[in-house]
Amino acid sequence: MNFPPGHPARDTQDTLVVANQERRPLRDRLLLRTHTSPVQMRTMEQQPPPVRIVIPGKVHRNDAADATHSPIFHQVEGLCVDRNITFSDLKGTLDHAMKALFGSAVKTRFFPSFFPFTEPSADVQISCIFCGGKGCRKCKQSGWIELLGCGMVDPAVFAFAQEKQPAYDPKKISGFAFGMGVERIAMMKYGISEMGSLFAGDMRFLGQFV
Amino acid sequence: MRILTKWLRAYLPGLPVDDAQLAEDLTLRGIAVEGIYALGEGNGSLYEMDITTNRVDAMNHYGVAREAAAIYGLTLPELTFALPKPRPCGQPFTVRIEAQDACGRFTARVLRDVTIGESRDWFVGAEVSTYFALLEQKKISNAVDATNFAWLGMGQPTHVFDLDKLEGGIVVRRARKGERLKTLDGVDRVLDADDLVVADHKKAVGLAGVMGGWDTMITPETKNVLVEAAWFDPVAVRQTARRHGLHTDASHRFERGADISAAPVASALVSAILLANGGRIEGELVDARVAAIEERTARRKPVALELSEVHRILGTTIDEEGITAASVENVLTALGCELKAEPAERAGLAELGKRGAAWQVTLPSWRLDLEREIDLVEEVARVYGYNRFANTLPEFGEGVRALPWAEKEATVRSTLLAAGFHEAIGGTFCSAAEGALTAPQPALVVPLGNPLSEEAGVLRPSLVPGMLAMIAGNLNRDVSDVRLFELGTVFSGAFSNGVGDKVDERPALALGAVGALPEESALHTGRAVDFFDVKGVVEQVISRFEMRGMYFDRFPLDAGLTPEWLHPYRAARVAADGVTVGWFGQLHPREAAARKIREAVLVAELYLDRLYKLPLRRPIAREISRYQPVRRDFSLVLDASIQWETIDRAMAALQIPELAEWRVREVFRDARMGAGDYALLLGATFQAPDRTLREEELQAFQTRVKDAVTKIGARLRV
Repeated sequence: MNFPPGHPARDTQDTLVVANQERRPLRDRLLLRTHTSPVQMRTMEQQPPPVRIVIPGKVHRNDAADATHSPIFHQVEGLCVDRNITFSDLKGTLDHAMKALFGSAVKTRFFPSFFPFTEPSADVQISCIFCGGKGCRKCKQSGWIELLGCGMVDPAVFAFAQEKQPAYDPKKISGFAFGMGVERIAMMKYGISEMGSLFAGDMRFLGQFV
Repeated sequence: MRILTKWLRAYLPGLPVDDAQLAEDLTLRGIAVEGIYALGEGNGSLYEMDITTNRVDAMNHYGVAREAAAIYGLTLPELTFALPKPRPCGQPFTVRIEAQDACGRFTARVLRDVTIGESRDWFVGAEVSTYFALLEQKKISNAVDATNFAWLGMGQPTHVFDLDKLEGGIVVRRARKGERLKTLDGVDRVLDADDLVVADHKKAVGLAGVMGGWDTMITPETKNVLVEAAWFDPVAVRQTARRHGLHTDASHRFERGADISAAPVASALVSAILLANGGRIEGELVDARVAAIEERTARRKPVALELSEVHRILGTTIDEEGITAASVENVLTALGCELKAEPAERAGLAELGKRGAAWQVTLPSWRLDLEREIDLVEEVARVYGYNRFANTLPEFGEGVRALPWAEKEATVRSTLLAAGFHEAIGGTFCSAAEGALTAPQPALVVPLGNPLSEEAGVLRPSLVPGMLAMIAGNLNRDVSDVRLFELGTVFSGAFSNGVGDKVDERPALALGAVGALPEESALHTGRAVDFFDVKGVVEQVISRFEMRGMYFDRFPLDAGLTPEWLHPYRAARVAADGVTVGWFGQLHPREAAARKIREAVLVAELYLDRLYKLPLRRPIAREISRYQPVRRDFSLVLDASIQWETIDRAMAALQIPELAEWRVREVFRDARMGAGDYALLLGATFQAPDRTLREEELQAFQTRVKDAVTKIGARLRV
């Protein structure tokens, strides 16, 4: 997704790869996806705009497990492409989604950030769901909790899609994309302290959510 | 990165806000202040900052000051440092850039008769002592501190050489294979032919843009100094730094793109600080430049920007006036761009009226991250403030389309939840041994090239290993009653380095049960979950799908068909419409023992890709008959080899519309009946939708039932 060659994110050190592929061209080698973003490109290559998709999926990283990391986790990604899709639409959509997830009292705010596949890019914070924004230990007294990344689809991403679907003309269409970690949200929402509990199948843990 | 507000305010005396507000305003514009620490009366605050890697230009005090100036509409004074007139010299110092692809500029200034000593606050704009104390930056010597000051102040790496240790002028070149260089960290390095080095006429004296050399470093005895300020190519520096396992402030900046125009300014700052302690300049600044690199840094072609594009991408603002031509001009000019407006009469602009404006934008040399129109749109949005845009929703014309299998998966999930199972997510990987044990085709297990551990060496070919691990985990923690299921994908593939190799990923379901059912309490005595309980759950799942028929069967021990993880006699295959859709039964005692499990574990695995080929069953209501149902019982004696399933099929095959229902009423075994025989009471209910059944009709049905069961080997008991 528009990471330049040589970028550290292309390093295989965080990626789990399938064995016995040394003879295949680098591009064709199979690996376990480290994020759900490839689905964006695959979808655009397969169909012309408009596109509005939500992509939930399992991802894998070559990460040692600890309280907040797991080699397996899930992401939910969204992509909206059409004529006249704007940054304010992105803001409104995510504000709506966060209110649906955490209650209508939740506020959102957006910060400039940097991702290779979006521009402008933003990090989204929600008002602290524990203290309502007054400041507490959970939000490090800031009143806000950082939750997800998003942005307007970079024209270079559309240019890649255009190779198969000419309708993705970055001068005519625009779009937004966002992504969030399911475990992180679940941990926050339900007060889970160890990410590993989500993958242990402990009856006592699971029984709490019945 | 640490930033002093005292230093920022020295650049921008007119900052209209306090440190806390400044921090918030910067953060909301992407220059994130993560922590603020008060430094005491008159010292301002220290900001702990986290700036994204694309904004190296802002990772220094002057860069942050530029952002603040843009936010508050202030003018940031240009950085200049007055130097005394140089003394002329007979033989000017020479700099030659041999590696024209990797070094865009190299400036050198000769300082003579300097005094190496301790740093202090030298002059306004060079408060080395004060700022270093507040930043807890270690002071080394006035020469080294001067380069660090230029780094912290303006983000330009510089280097100082002991001029007397240099043999001849500077050459920027690729290293010679096997050339040696002892770097400032004291490490003797053998250089690679691709390494970019700064050299004199004899030897390498520094890894360009990464680290200086040991032999030419400044010492207390140094009298004459050469000040280097240069621009090196990001890729060349990254590769050199990587090969030597080095990551320095200088390499960090050069790898992400330094400001080619800042070199002479930084050189002047370093020189001015050194000269404040005595000494003189010899000769003019030597400034070697590579035009081709200047073309893509300092002298880039202007980028076209249209106001309509700003609006098309960014959308609605809260403020009614929104983003105007003036606000675009103000933001971009403050960031260092030069805007040349296109004439308003230009085609396409005139009809847009007030919203029609366009510019040719010349980009600043320190913002190599800006290249395209969208980059400028982002800058406008960023400085304008993301949170000043309204929350709108995109127009939405169509309905929601779910994935084709979403409803089926949801149905399977709710069936199992209703049956009292918890959903769990197990590992995606298992050991090669577990893979071989549970794979439907052990030759198609897919190994990982860089597994996390041996226990996670292959992609799971089955959900059974994960299920067993979760069950064992519960039992180990003294949780004795377990009922779990997992919906996940399993993998198979022939992977032998071929071109057409691929990995198949298919959905599967595993469920596992052990312990008492239902959970034991004061009101219910529990009983151990058994084979038939799991069979019932599997049947419930399967019967959510529309099919002509399902059946369960098992195979002789020597057939080699039963999966190895299953008990050879307490296992069954599940078939739907004649296709194997899964297996279930008790875990093989050998496998239970290997996992130190004493309890009987019941496991099922269903191949959902096969099940999902069937449509979901959609119940259609029929009228409930108002006429009297009539029950007739048949007492059968059967050979042990005749199963209920055979009787059931024979009854269905009768196709009597009035045969509303049939079931087993009783099973009776007694040694007196004959070896292996058993008795079964079959209850059948007859009912017509439109009439009361007459006795002779019933007689005829009864005869047909008797014939049918006799045909399959049942004897009627009288």
